[in-house]
Amino acid sequence: MKLQIDGQDHDLGDLDPRTTLLDALRERLGLMGTKKGCDHGQCGACTVLVNGRRINSCLALAVMHEGDAITTVAGLEADDGTPSALQEAFMEHDAFQCGYCTAGQLCSATSLLREVKRGEPSVLTPMGAELSLSELSDDEIRERMSGNLCRCGAYANIVAAVRQAAEAES
Amino acid sequence: MRPFEYVRAATVEDAVTGGDRFIAGGTNLVDLMKHGIERPERLVDVTRLELASIEEADGGGLRIGSQVTNSALANDARVRERYPVLSKALLSGATQQLRNKASTGGNFLQRTRCYYFYDTARRCNKREPGSGCDALDGFNRIHAILGASEHCIATHPSDMAVAMVALDAELLTRKSDGSTRRVKAEALHQLPGDTPHHEHVLEPGELITHVDLPPLPDGARHVYRKARDRASYAFALVSVAVVLVTDGDAITEARVALGGVAPKPWRAHRAEAALKGARVDRDVFRRAAEAELEDARGHGDNDFKIPLATRLIASALAEAAGLDAGDDR
Repeated sequence: MKLQIDGQDHDLGDLDPRTTLLDALRERLGLMGTKKGCDHGQCGACTVLVNGRRINSCLALAVMHEGDAITTVAGLEADDGTPSALQEAFMEHDAFQCGYCTAGQLCSATSLLREVKRGEPSVLTPMGAELSLSELSDDEIRERMSGNLCRCGAYANIVAAVRQAAEAES
Repeated sequence: MRPFEYVRAATVEDAVTGGDRFIAGGTNLVDLMKHGIERPERLVDVTRLELASIEEADGGGLRIGSQVTNSALANDARVRERYPVLSKALLSGATQQLRNKASTGGNFLQRTRCYYFYDTARRCNKREPGSGCDALDGFNRIHAILGASEHCIATHPSDMAVAMVALDAELLTRKSDGSTRRVKAEALHQLPGDTPHHEHVLEPGELITHVDLPPLPDGARHVYRKARDRASYAFALVSVAVVLVTDGDAITEARVALGGVAPKPWRAHRAEAALKGARVDRDVFRRAAEAELEDARGHGDNDFKIPLATRLIASALAEAAGLDAGDDR
């Protein structure tokens, strides 16, 4: 059983099918970037990208993701270690306090920017409306980030950071 | 979590002969397995089947593969244009992370979020038949006001299924003997009666392969409204799907379905009967809503759902008819 994580193949041997993707990352491979919060799909701390789309890794069985391209927070920076524009914006806006939810927030927001770029709607997007990164409203950002909780309540700064990254990418 | 055997099915035939429990997105099943509520001995992974596309169907409808994710279905341009109530219902539910994983078939078969079903220290006739129901005299703010029984007052939590029922969707299934059948979305779930552990009509090992959306009359107006305790990522206290066709001032067809109020996605037949042929009028909408809630019964904490559902139905109909949204905000 192999998993491809942040561009690298990892051999997990004969993995117990009960192992979630989150536990495979942390407990089996020692990749601690992805965080375990509630472990029940309610907080979003464990968000990773699978084939470019964000999911809760705590509700995914690792065996079901053999052959998929998995991206964790450690795979968001450039190859030379330069932080992404979104990561820079999080630092600039102080979009965290304790930092525990941040890996999930970053993976989620990275995916959000791609979803908007592809024109994918949220429940707030009017039918037939064109989406643009430069005009993404705070309400749209809040709705699209609702799967990522922050117990410290850094939401205002998270929204500001995501908006800045959206404007920078547009 | 109990140990289980995992098999990945390559074909539909492999899947239905490979075991009697399937896993697709797993967003509800894996969680229930962690709680020890679901204890499958063998799980057949159906996510790699060729069931992940949305095709044009004869006569102008759409055929949706059961492995299409909730987000792919909500984003599909044909769904947005021809079945906007379905896109809106899907996007009203869960989060982007969950919708990216959850499947069309699995969304129908997700289980109730009743606290007493989840809490294995409490009595629950759905989890342990015959043990009793702690929700009846417990904290029952989220529970059913229609279709419940003295054995179970849990609600079906789906938004998607409410829109599917309003759209007269039909499920296509394959059984382990290779036979296929069609099941109307409205007929999929059963009311609890004295067997709340029997939630739907599918047999063990019967796989949902597709969902058919029939074409709608020209000019149908779609509305999905959802009342909940926070602005996003919460289950419905009450939701309403409306598909309305009018000819001038006359209602030629009205379809209404409710979520959050019953053990199944609830087709509001009484309201529909009161609307058919009637005039587009706020009083007509209110009376139709009242007719639907006539037999509703609260259990204390959820009594508020009766007036809330009445107002939300009337308001959704007004919005669909192009009147302004009413006074429910």
